[in-house]
Amino acid sequence: MSSFLSYLITGISLGSVYAIIALGYTMVYGIAKMLNFAHGDVIMVGSYIAFLAVGAMGLPPILAVILAVVVCTTLGITIEKIAYKPLRTASPLAVLITAIGVSYFLQNMALLIFGANTKMFTSLISIDAINIGDGTVVVTGETLVTILACIFIMVCLTLFINKTKAGQAMLAVSEDKGAAELMGINVNGTISLTFAIGSALAAIAGVLLCSAYPTLTPYTGSMPGIKAFVAAVFGGIGSIPGAFIGGILLGVIENMSKAYISSQLSDAIVFSVLIIVLLVKPTGILGKKIHEKV
Amino acid sequence: MKKLNLSKNAKHDLVTYGIVVVAYLVMEILMKAGLVSSLLKGLLVPLCIYAIMAVSLNLTVGILGELSLGHAGFMCVGAFASAFFSMCMKESAMPGGLRFLLALIIGALAAGIFGILIGIPVLRLRGDYLAIVTLAFGEIIKNLVNVLYIGRDVDGFHFSMKDSLSLNLGEGGKVIVNGAQGITGTPNDSNFTIGIILLLITLVIILNFIHSRTGRAVMAIRDNRIAAESVGINITKYKLMAFAISAALAGIAGVLYAHNLATLTALPKNFGYNMSIMILVYVVLGGIGSTRGSMIAAVILTLLPELLRGLNDYRMLIYSIVLIAMMLFNWSPKAREFREKYSWKRIMKNGKKEEV
Repeated sequence: MSSFLSYLITGISLGSVYAIIALGYTMVYGIAKMLNFAHGDVIMVGSYIAFLAVGAMGLPPILAVILAVVVCTTLGITIEKIAYKPLRTASPLAVLITAIGVSYFLQNMALLIFGANTKMFTSLISIDAINIGDGTVVVTGETLVTILACIFIMVCLTLFINKTKAGQAMLAVSEDKGAAELMGINVNGTISLTFAIGSALAAIAGVLLCSAYPTLTPYTGSMPGIKAFVAAVFGGIGSIPGAFIGGILLGVIENMSKAYISSQLSDAIVFSVLIIVLLVKPTGILGKKIHEKV
Repeated sequence: MKKLNLSKNAKHDLVTYGIVVVAYLVMEILMKAGLVSSLLKGLLVPLCIYAIMAVSLNLTVGILGELSLGHAGFMCVGAFASAFFSMCMKESAMPGGLRFLLALIIGALAAGIFGILIGIPVLRLRGDYLAIVTLAFGEIIKNLVNVLYIGRDVDGFHFSMKDSLSLNLGEGGKVIVNGAQGITGTPNDSNFTIGIILLLITLVIILNFIHSRTGRAVMAIRDNRIAAESVGINITKYKLMAFAISAALAGIAGVLYAHNLATLTALPKNFGYNMSIMILVYVVLGGIGSTRGSMIAAVILTLLPELLRGLNDYRMLIYSIVLIAMMLFNWSPKAREFREKYSWKRIMKNGKKEEV
């Protein structure tokens, strides 16, 4: 029982990282209607920045995280301006391929700057582990901080979208770009803001991910990126609570199948669950049903 | 001599076949003359493999209009099914040519059957959801192959999903599929000529499919599903047919792949989503829906990183920049305007006008 609980908690923690990444995916999808394949690599960039800030510059962890967030936000906005903005009216496939190009670019840039060697990321979180129930269940500081960070981000994001003008503008743009523009909303600015928030979240996710799983290579971000993308689809792409639920569920399923079924087959199980969910509910758990007009 | 009366489509197709044949002859002559580096020689079969993959994916993405990110999964199925067959038949008296032909049929059939099995649930979904599910299927196939163990002894075949020891092989038993180590010792049956022949066969199948009644029905579904449905086209049937053909052809590419290398393993590099995405890049850059374009893009983009090899570490970086630049140049409205203004045709036209 206690081992079940600890697997559950690490699963939720992994799921929280997926959820934070999936939030970036889902927001960008909701507004720009594009699959941002480069999102996973922004995570990797964030991790490297934090790694450098602590290792080479000797900054305290909090400042390192802030630096990573600032760099990734700038990066996200720059990518959007250079690569995606000119393609606003192009076919979705063209934008997808451009995103793949950006993803290759970031990976190879990192390969050139930091080399192919695996870097050992020292955890930025220095909180002691907590024992629950006479030491049978141990919750590490990383796990605790990851879960709390995810909840904090969810609450902030929900408040931001529902209570602020910029957040309402985002909702409007995601619903109808043309109408939003007619109402005087700065559509380009809103899209930039979305990319900025998504990339900032990616930086935080990168730091949390590498604190828990401390190997860092130029390809660190790609698999979590794909998993988070799956999580976003799982919960219904475009929906913010959906991304949260999808991420947590995916993390728990992955960890449970690793623990109880087979560690080699865990990815296959995660993807199978996704397929089954989509067959029952073709737009994901919280996805909106799209009515077709003839 | 009587002039051949060919339709526009047939002419267009003949040019496509001609390009392949000419490319083959040029390469053969260059090889005979000893002008081809060993690096390029090693690339010849992969070029055929990627071209077949691109042309077959174009059927799903360009003609059927569904985004598939799991095409490498079908290649994986074809590769492992055919390699398994070849390994079983290696010691029998069967001649190499017949064995390879049977391996081809088995690989294509296995991939085609997987295409149907996956297509039935997947094709109900639309757009990005379909893309992510095909990606998931590709990953599942890769994952399953990596934990699959098959051995053979006097009693017959033994299967396991755990490790090679739990196969409980009798004396003289041999492990054929060894989990993550894959299949070792596949006969080296494929070469450039066979690759080119298979590419031509693939082209014939696809081009004839596109111009047939069935192909027109598939394109009608792509252009307007509801209109196609209302004139009595059976959507599921045609979608499934195109998807299965595309999968079977990817299986052929897999057979070629399996018989080109001595060891066959399912790594993220060769059968993962990265591969599927790479093939998709060929299709999109070649011009979605253009069979000839997909083929040419596959060849150019496979050669490009190799030609840039002199630049060492920078080559993939340059490749990615070229990719982004090409997409921007092709699709951004400003670049389109610019191209229209300075297009070759227009310059020619203006020149003529001035003459008058």
